[in-house]
Parts: sequence; structure tokens; C-alpha cells
Amino acid sequence: MAEEEYPDVELSDKQKKEIAKWFLLNSPAGEIQYVAKDLRSVLNDERIYNEAAQEAFPLYNKSHIICLEFPDRSGDVLITSYNELDKNEYLDPRTAQVATVNHVKQVCTEVRPAADEELPSPYIEDFRCTLDAEILKYVGEAYPKGICSVYCVNGKDVEGPGSNFELVVVISAVKNSPKNFCNGSWRSVWNIEFKDDMQMLAIRGKIQVDAHYFEEGNVQLDAKNECRDETMFQAPDDCALSITNTIRHHEAEYLASLEESYSNLPDTTFKDLRRKLPVTRTLFPWHNTLQFSLTRDIQKELGIGK
Amino acid sequence: MEAAMGLIRRMHPKKSQTALSALLSLLPHHSSDLLSQVDQPLQVLCDVDCGKEFILCEYNRDADSYRSPWSNKYHPPLEDALYPSSELRKLEIEANEVFAIYCDQYYEGGISSVYLWEDDYKEGFIACFLIKKDGSKTGQGRRGYLQEGAWDAIHVIEVGPEEEGAAHYCLTSTVMLSLTTNGESSGTFSLSGSIRRQMNMDLAIADGHLCNMGRMIEEMEGKLRNSLDQVYFGKTKEMVCTLRPPAEVVMRLPNS
Repeated sequence: MAEEEYPDVELSDKQKKEIAKWFLLNSPAGEIQYVAKDLRSVLNDERIYNEAAQEAFPLYNKSHIICLEFPDRSGDVLITSYNELDKNEYLDPRTAQVATVNHVKQVCTEVRPAADEELPSPYIEDFRCTLDAEILKYVGEAYPKGICSVYCVNGKDVEGPGSNFELVVVISAVKNSPKNFCNGSWRSVWNIEFKDDMQMLAIRGKIQVDAHYFEEGNVQLDAKNECRDETMFQAPDDCALSITNTIRHHEAEYLASLEESYSNLPDTTFKDLRRKLPVTRTLFPWHNTLQFSLTRDIQKELGIGK
Repeated sequence: MEAAMGLIRRMHPKKSQTALSALLSLLPHHSSDLLSQVDQPLQVLCDVDCGKEFILCEYNRDADSYRSPWSNKYHPPLEDALYPSSELRKLEIEANEVFAIYCDQYYEGGISSVYLWEDDYKEGFIACFLIKKDGSKTGQGRRGYLQEGAWDAIHVIEVGPEEEGAAHYCLTSTVMLSLTTNGESSGTFSLSGSIRRQMNMDLAIADGHLCNMGRMIEEMEGKLRNSLDQVYFGKTKEMVCTLRPPAEVVMRLPNS
């Protein structure tokens, strides 16, 4: 082996910042603070770290749908791109409040009541609120540690029938067990377009499941699925039930298919990478390797032609 | 350095190459440590003389050229390059032939390479056994389950000097794997990971070095495969079921 030689290329500040951002953005669910700690040590430059953190944390928080508690612990707010009013302000429609957050510290620093213009119209709120109640019930049953919310992303000022609007259901469940070297997250986002003109609802769901186990090793699962469905445009109560049932059905189906993928692993999928044993069902006959010519003997024994 | 390894352990295994080059540029003075401790997927070259592929690693590299175990020639050609002694080369040739059959038996295809060289610091030698398998349905996945699938194994064995008819073998094995299935109703399901383990044994050399090393590697690969499958993948499955328990379980749980 020859000696390594690496030119001493100094990275520009911008390049270091981009690298720092990359590490932060690619942290697994629930691990960004650990990554941040290691990153600061490797980077050894607080100024660049802070710049990178200011840019990376908001993106990470929104994509991972993190949940932050109100300062008075009366409730919490989800951080997503759907309820973002301003880069540090997020709406919680259930309690009609706006939370101000510090992305890098991942805390909610204050909460104020939402202004009228920030909330949907009563007509829309009727739909949003009944759906929220149904989803809350569903999530409470199906997810031991799930949080959810429903936001209006289009048409929040629609006053009455005659216009289309769109709601988004966001469900997030996170389990962090750093002591067991295991973290995971389930995120589902359901877009529901209320098409008044066609009197139907177009439902599009995206589910993303990640898990990371890293005790003396590093294994990650990432699974995603997209699905579509539709249902009739009805009164708010009936819509809420119908939508929730659709979501429940698809999510349960997806979980079942995940389980199936796992059970196929040992004997089918894994086999395409490496068999447990050769076709002969015995261990490899290494003892025949004493002499050169025995390569031919092994082949004879295994029944392979040359 | 510890922080750097911490970062590698948290980044997605599929992004380990990007993570490593990022760390190399941030910590150029730790480059040799990083390169030896961070697992990277294996690269392959084709031996122009015999048309067979061989695997590239630090152990068959000299400057920017790599030595083929089939022809013993460097690609691209290199003057004053390092070669194993003719004794070792004999053993190396045999090891490559036998290991290729082992590879075929377990991997139903795949590329294998074995490199041997003298240990600078003590008597004895070091052997490196490598396997690269592409299990995707466009590659060598016999059953067509995998959209994408890769298994890379690196086994480095330090063989000590012969003492009273026996020698000490220290095996360090690294397996990197990734698999992705794609289905209509199941979406994309992707598992990837890497683990590294060590095994030490004192064995009689009556059966020959190749036999001893081969058996250790076979045992280790079996253990790693099972470990990955049951423990590692199993834990991620457990996590998924903790996040959203299957319906039957939910109904039996008391209201909390």
C-alpha cells in the first residue's frame, strides 16, 4: 500500500456552510440535535455553524413535522409548510392561536391568539373543525403517540357553497429511544380537494415511514407510499366521517403491506442478495483446498461443470 | 474524530459516500483514519487481459493503479509497483479460484477478489477477501424481487506466524447492504445498513491457511446475514409497529 497524500485545499466559508447544512438536513428523525453536536465539533467554527443552522433547521423541522409544546403547556403546535404564516410563526387552528418558535432550539417561545384574517371563514371552519375532531379520534385510537392537525391550504376565505377549497390532514408519530439506539417516525399528509363544482372530494395521501437502529452498526428503513381516493361532497359531519374512514382504511392497508415486506425478507428478498446456504444445503467444502488441483475436485463434488 | 464517526453512524447508509467526502474535506488531516474506518461501497474494474472483473480496495492499490488478482497486473500499468512474494502469489491465485466458487454458491453470481500481502510489522501475512453482489432485477437478482439491491462484503484477516503447528487469525468483517422493493400498493420499501464485526481464532494449520480463513469467513457471513435480518431489520420493524400498532393489537390495548 502506498502512502496517502491529500492536498491541503482550504474550503471556502460558503462550502463549509453548505456541508454543515447537508449534515443537518440529512439527520434522521429525532436526531438533529445529536448531529448538530457532532457537527459543531468537526466544523470547529461557531459562526459558520450558526449560519448553516439558521438555514437548515426550519427546513428540517417542517419536513419532519415536529411538534412543539406551548410555553404554558396548554397544548402544542405542529411545524409544517401548510400552517406557516411567517418564517417563525405557525398557526394552530384547533386553539385559534399563533405560535412563535425558535427553529434552532426547537422550542415554542410564545403564543398569541390568531387574528381573524389568519383564520378560515366560518363556512370553511365548519368543515375543518368537524374533520379535525374525527381525525383526532382516529389518531388517538390508532397511534399511541400520534399528533395531528387539519389546515386549510386553499380557499380559506370562501364564504359559502359555490367555490372549491382544499384542506390538508397532517398526522405525525415519532418515537425516540436514543438509549436503545433506535428512532423512528411516521408522517402522513392527506390533501383533500373539495370540488364544489363536481360535488366530490379528491383525496391524495402520502405516507412516509422512517426508522433508524444504530447499536454497533447503522441500519435505516425508509418507506413511502402514495395513494388516491375520492368520495362525495356532503355536509361537514358526513364528509368528516367519510374522509377519516378513507384515511383509516388506506393507512391500515399500508401498514399491512409493510409487515408483508418484512416477512418476505428472510426467505425471498434477502435471498436475491445472499442465500442462507448453498443449493447443496451444506456448508462449503473448504477442506478440499489443500492442493491446487483440488479446485477441480470441489467442482466435481458440487456437481458444477467447467 | 469521534464526532466524525458519530456523524457517519447517523447519516443514511446510502449517503455514506457523500458523508465521507464531506468529512474528508473538513478534516483533511484525519483522512487516513477516516478512509480506513468508514465503510464505502466497493468499486470494480475489468481486467483487460482476461476480461474478468476485479474489486478495488486499499489493499490492491498502489498510487492510482489497482492490481488485478487474475493477471497480477496493475491497471493502469505502473512501474516499480508493489507485488506479493511469489509464495504468497501462489496462495493468492488458489484463494481467488476457490473463493470464486464459494461466491457463486452463496451469491448465485457476484464478483469476488482476494488479495494477500506480507505484514510489514510482524511475520505472517494479511488477506483481504471481497465480494460484491448486485441483487437488483436488472443485475443478478435471480428472483426479481428487488428494484435495487447491493451486498458488499470486506473481510480482512491478519494471519500470525506459525507456532507449534497453529496460527492466530484475526478477522474483521464489514458488510454493507441495501435493498429496495417497489410495489403498486406497497410503494417504496427500502432498507440499508452496514455492520462490522471481529472474530479471533487460533487454528491448526494442518488443513491449510485457505481452509481456516474460508471457514471463518463463511461462519462470519452467516452470522452477519442473520444479525442483519433478525436483529437489525427486526428492530426497524418493531419501531414501525410501535408507531402504529396493527389493528388487532390496538383493540386489545386498554384505553390510556
